[in-house]
Amino acid sequence: MNLEIPNKIKPLINNAHQVALSVFRPISRKYDRAEHEYPKELDTLSSVLDGMNEGDPDSGAGAAQTGKGRGKEDDGSVKNGANMTTCLGSLELAYGDVALLLSMPRQGLGNAAIAAVANDEQLERFGDKWAAMAITEPGTGSDSAAIRTTARDEGDHYVLNGEKIYVTSGARADCIVVWATLDPKMGRNAIKSFVVEWGTEGMELARLEKKLGIRASDTAAITFNECKVPKDNLLGDPEINPEKGFAGVMETFDNTRPLVACFALGCARASLERTQELLEESIEYDYDKPVDNASAVEAELYRMEAELEASYWLTVKSAWMADNRQPNSKEASICKAKSARVGNWITLRCVELAGSIGYNEDELLEKWSRDSKILDIFEGTQQIQQLIIARRLLGKSSKELK
Amino acid sequence: MAKDAVGYALTALNRLAGSGLVDRMGMRRLMERMAYSLTKSGFRVITTTARAFQSSGKLGKAERLKAPGVTRELFDLNITDEQQMIRDSVQSFAEEVLRPRSEPADAEARTSDETRAAALELGLNFFAVPESLGGAATERSPVTTMLVAEDLAHGDMGQAVAILAPMSVANALTRWGNADQQSRYLPAFAEDQPPAASLAVAEPHVLFDPQQLRTTASKSGDQWVLDGEKALVPLAAEAELFLVAAQTPDGPGVFIVEGGTEGLTTSENPPMGVRAGGMRPLQLDSVQVPESNRLSAEDFDYREFVDLGTLAWCSLAVGTGQAVLDYVIPYVNEREAFGEPISHRQSVAFMVANIAMELESMRILTWRAVSRAEKGLPFHRETHLARTLVKDKAMQIGTDGVQLLGGHGYTHEYPVERWYRDMRAMGVMFGGLHL
Repeated sequence: MNLEIPNKIKPLINNAHQVALSVFRPISRKYDRAEHEYPKELDTLSSVLDGMNEGDPDSGAGAAQTGKGRGKEDDGSVKNGANMTTCLGSLELAYGDVALLLSMPRQGLGNAAIAAVANDEQLERFGDKWAAMAITEPGTGSDSAAIRTTARDEGDHYVLNGEKIYVTSGARADCIVVWATLDPKMGRNAIKSFVVEWGTEGMELARLEKKLGIRASDTAAITFNECKVPKDNLLGDPEINPEKGFAGVMETFDNTRPLVACFALGCARASLERTQELLEESIEYDYDKPVDNASAVEAELYRMEAELEASYWLTVKSAWMADNRQPNSKEASICKAKSARVGNWITLRCVELAGSIGYNEDELLEKWSRDSKILDIFEGTQQIQQLIIARRLLGKSSKELK
Repeated sequence: MAKDAVGYALTALNRLAGSGLVDRMGMRRLMERMAYSLTKSGFRVITTTARAFQSSGKLGKAERLKAPGVTRELFDLNITDEQQMIRDSVQSFAEEVLRPRSEPADAEARTSDETRAAALELGLNFFAVPESLGGAATERSPVTTMLVAEDLAHGDMGQAVAILAPMSVANALTRWGNADQQSRYLPAFAEDQPPAASLAVAEPHVLFDPQQLRTTASKSGDQWVLDGEKALVPLAAEAELFLVAAQTPDGPGVFIVEGGTEGLTTSENPPMGVRAGGMRPLQLDSVQVPESNRLSAEDFDYREFVDLGTLAWCSLAVGTGQAVLDYVIPYVNEREAFGEPISHRQSVAFMVANIAMELESMRILTWRAVSRAEKGLPFHRETHLARTLVKDKAMQIGTDGVQLLGGHGYTHEYPVERWYRDMRAMGVMFGGLHL
């Protein structure tokens, strides 16, 4: 048993930390105010990161790296691989700015999906592209099995019809991984994902959302009207397989939930550290006094630190399980649910503890508290994670425990 | 022993109360007050002295166990094959011996001699005593002790405390004792009839802080003189050996005090939970111990001494939390209301999910702190954070366990009410145990 981060990952963590402090933080407020403006600083940065990833794939950061390492031969030894490095790198970047991290070219959730399920030919074609992910529809949030966008089989291509919303970086990406059903009557097993490139006829940007937080990250609504997509752009198995169609699609999320947990952890750590700095003169912060013997504000800071630390190690655990090919669906949901709610609580409480200083734009505390809210919503809300956890624990189906 | 003495007295008191004499004389209130103060402090008894500890003279210098040889560089939650074997036997012991006896042990506020004898068969003490002193320990093993504590508590926290307290004293002496102290006291722990033993840190006042002790130790010639009162001391009535924390002119210190030493008494003050641990107050009235009985080896660290106790309690809380989770899952699946299992309701299912989430949080913070302790890395901050989180979540799990069983949960027919009482200990306990 060893609960330390191995030294070999530390250079990557440090690199990401430097990016957070030197690249993200200085432009954090700028793009929070200038919603929908593309943060052009990210282009230079992403070239730098591409170089890092190619130089050492095991220590890359970004969603596109998750899930890798699963295909490798297993010699039975313990691994600290791509899932862990990606998580810890992302955490540091999120410490800089979650919205800018989400806007990083070629690091979208679509890229994670492609990395997880694409065949070799598709990896060749889409590997270098920036791919966004389109699941949600106006009438479908958490219930992704109920999506209404259709993909009609027309011989050498599919024809897509429907509307997608909440597509992160949808307008900036090169292509979109779109979830659509081959047959609405067949239920969730008929749902497949398709790579649709911008420029395809029938694909249109409807609008960009104005949001509570993560404003530097664009959120697009996209419509598909008789949109023709080549057959080869379907990711995974084209057959409707009642055994495991939807479950396979959902597996992507076992890899990405710990990642979102890391976003929450980075954001919360930023808030907590800044609050500790601001309160420095007002507290006597040591680890000797039992928490009930501390002042109210000290006790609150201890509790935040403890909750953050617990969430952090739960997340590392779930990434470690993925690296070592242990099924981690429950643990991925636990770390996501825990980190997101703890993160939201910490960031909001930090604004409060900093008083009027925390509530205005001179400090980033108020921004972090707005950013953190989405992390308890996307990639499965708090409540959806609890459903997943509860069903696993209780051995219940989605029909029994609704 | 203390309990018997009190038992006799209570029988007498009861006979008087039932005789009608009291009512006739209009003395009931007075009687009740008498009964209260009698059980609280009236029955001071001397502590147990059963053997003479003699130096085996085996050691030229103190034994110190090293951190496990292969220190893995990688993050790894796997345990060793040896640890798994120990867990397997401790888990079946907890399930087959402790769990069925938890209700009577709680009622009697005592872990039976049979249970403690059976626990000896597990050979846990051997892992606390170095090889050169008759034990089997070759390297430091707080992680193994943590896993043992977790598994014992899954059976029953109270009996786990009674079993772990002597092992804790052996652990502490192995970690902190000097050569003389080790060769005098440790070999007995590896014998067939090891001594009952315990640690005394907590004190009976509000906002207790283990760094601010009110029990004092002052020097008188070549003796230390201890004065004060300790609270919630496991096995206080039967322990033959205590490690007592007291404030010295140079900060908090820990003293080896043998049971039966003049001025060392215990009394009855049954705690809310963990009752099978036999936790009682320990009074020290000018208790004299030789100068050499202070743990004052160069590497003694009082803070770590306290932290290793706190982490033992965290481990127990994790085990009890797991017991709650494992118990409520089949219950909510089998219990039907409104025509279906109550687990089909989100308000019930989410409560179970939250128990699992927070239990994992408790466990991972405890493991993190203990794993650092085993490696010889600083673990004070980690212990503080673990305690801060564990005490809150443990109690939440305790109260949710009762809530999920509703009225059933509030009765002694089901174990959750005991777990509720046990879990409250996490917030008030310091010392008593040592990983």
